[in-house]
Amino acid sequence: MTETLSSLPLLSPFIEFGFMRRALAGCLALSLGATPVGVFLMLRRMSLAGDAMSHAILPGAAIGYLVAGLSLPAMTLGGLVAGLAVAVLAGGVARNTVIKEDASLATFYLLSLSAGVLIISLRGSSVDLLHVLFGSVLALDDAALFLLAGFASLSVLALALGLRLFALEGCDPAFLARISRLGPVAHYGFMILLVLNLVAGFHALGTLMAVGIMILPAAAARLWVCNLGPLLLIAVGTAFAGSLIGLLLSYYVNLPAGPAIVLTLGACYLLSLAVGPLGPLASRWRSSWHFER
Amino acid sequence: MKPRARAGSEVLLRFDNLTLGYDRHPAVHHLRGEIVTGSLLAIVGPNGAGKSTLLKGIAGELRPLQGGIELRGLQRRQIAYLTQQATLDSSFPIIVHDFVAMGLWREIGAFAGLNHLLRRRIAEAIARVGLCGLETRPIGSLSGGQLQRALFARVLLQDAPLVLLDEPYGAIDAASVRDLAALVRQWHNEGRTVIAVLHDLEHVRQEYPETLLLARELVARGDTANVLSDANLLRARQLAEGRGEDQAAAICHSDHDAA
Repeated sequence: MTETLSSLPLLSPFIEFGFMRRALAGCLALSLGATPVGVFLMLRRMSLAGDAMSHAILPGAAIGYLVAGLSLPAMTLGGLVAGLAVAVLAGGVARNTVIKEDASLATFYLLSLSAGVLIISLRGSSVDLLHVLFGSVLALDDAALFLLAGFASLSVLALALGLRLFALEGCDPAFLARISRLGPVAHYGFMILLVLNLVAGFHALGTLMAVGIMILPAAAARLWVCNLGPLLLIAVGTAFAGSLIGLLLSYYVNLPAGPAIVLTLGACYLLSLAVGPLGPLASRWRSSWHFER
Repeated sequence: MKPRARAGSEVLLRFDNLTLGYDRHPAVHHLRGEIVTGSLLAIVGPNGAGKSTLLKGIAGELRPLQGGIELRGLQRRQIAYLTQQATLDSSFPIIVHDFVAMGLWREIGAFAGLNHLLRRRIAEAIARVGLCGLETRPIGSLSGGQLQRALFARVLLQDAPLVLLDEPYGAIDAASVRDLAALVRQWHNEGRTVIAVLHDLEHVRQEYPETLLLARELVARGDTANVLSDANLLRARQLAEGRGEDQAAAICHSDHDAA
């Protein structure tokens, strides 16, 4: 039975190699945890803010690395602390000065990226730097997998409980502020979820790619449906399918796994733009059809 | 101008020398008066007269520069407030049914499910505003009039004792205005208090028994026919234009004291 299965080219890498199975499990965790957060990130028009935040966790992770080397707990803790600090600081600067939020986030992310790279180069090799910037999805150990699965479970649970709250906060925040005291809970709760998932994504895809598995599937799914529930499901499905194809590409064509996954997700987005019913081509086709009738 | 109170009616709202504004520039000056429960009150006045500012103050979203607004037997969260520019993101992927259902928040909160009874109320609210058949349409695909109907359905479900409407009929078709005005009449008949900022004086004369004419300060208040006299309207226009020529005049003496 196993022999017949391993003769299938789509399955054999995962049957033969433990590191491929681990990579796939890690991607499944990220698809379930990070992608739904990415959907809300996109709906709140915060996609670029998410990108900036993913850079913001770098100096924290780098300090963890400086203290303890490539240690999972130290880098995770450092990343969480730095990410949350920047989320609060950037929001505070935007609210209390003439600097708008986009500029505020850009300054923080440039500072974070340069500080992070500097700190790692103080002690480590360029291999370590590559590991931090682009992740190591093919080298996930047990501890990393448990961390990804744990964060994903927490994230799924929080989103399931707070779905209505997050939806209303995204759709009509002023109305939420009028009828409920939970507005700040929704805002900061979402920020915490974002940082958790960015740190998880950081371990697998690195600081420069972590946002890829959040935003690209979300944007692709948005071109197919207009309702939040199906949108979340399609985004998660796209993220997992894209990860699977990306891993197979990296195995057979010998590409770096992280970029292969993110590029595959990017291809899903481009395909959705071309054929998705809410994409620009479909709406043009529909309007010409209308006039021909 | 003496505040009008119907005999036997309870006072719901009291303005106590109320001055409201932004960055210390008052938009509404020294307003005094009461609004009784069950009123159907129109607020009219020239552009920049402070009408929307007054509603914002009543809703508790603007802190008075001076004086205060007293709500009697009512909490801020029980007020349904429909702003002039809807604050919602209409590109958000949510269908009409779910959007309208948000009006039930006070009853179901963030977690409770919808039971049979609540589902029926949602269906009735959607039917009441004439959006039957559009329940599963995304709100982004609605026309301006349809979106306004959906917002009214959400207000309907909020079941609020005090409803604030800020120019609810701006840029919507006549049929929508007719249907939504009927809904406002229904709220009035149910004993709810409705305060609406409106521009169309003919509509006010037909639908609103009471009017408050504002031009940064109170010009007149009382029966609509008396308030909307040519003399009062002229005075309101003069007041608004006079203030407009000299912005500094908008900062009156006692406001300096308050600041």
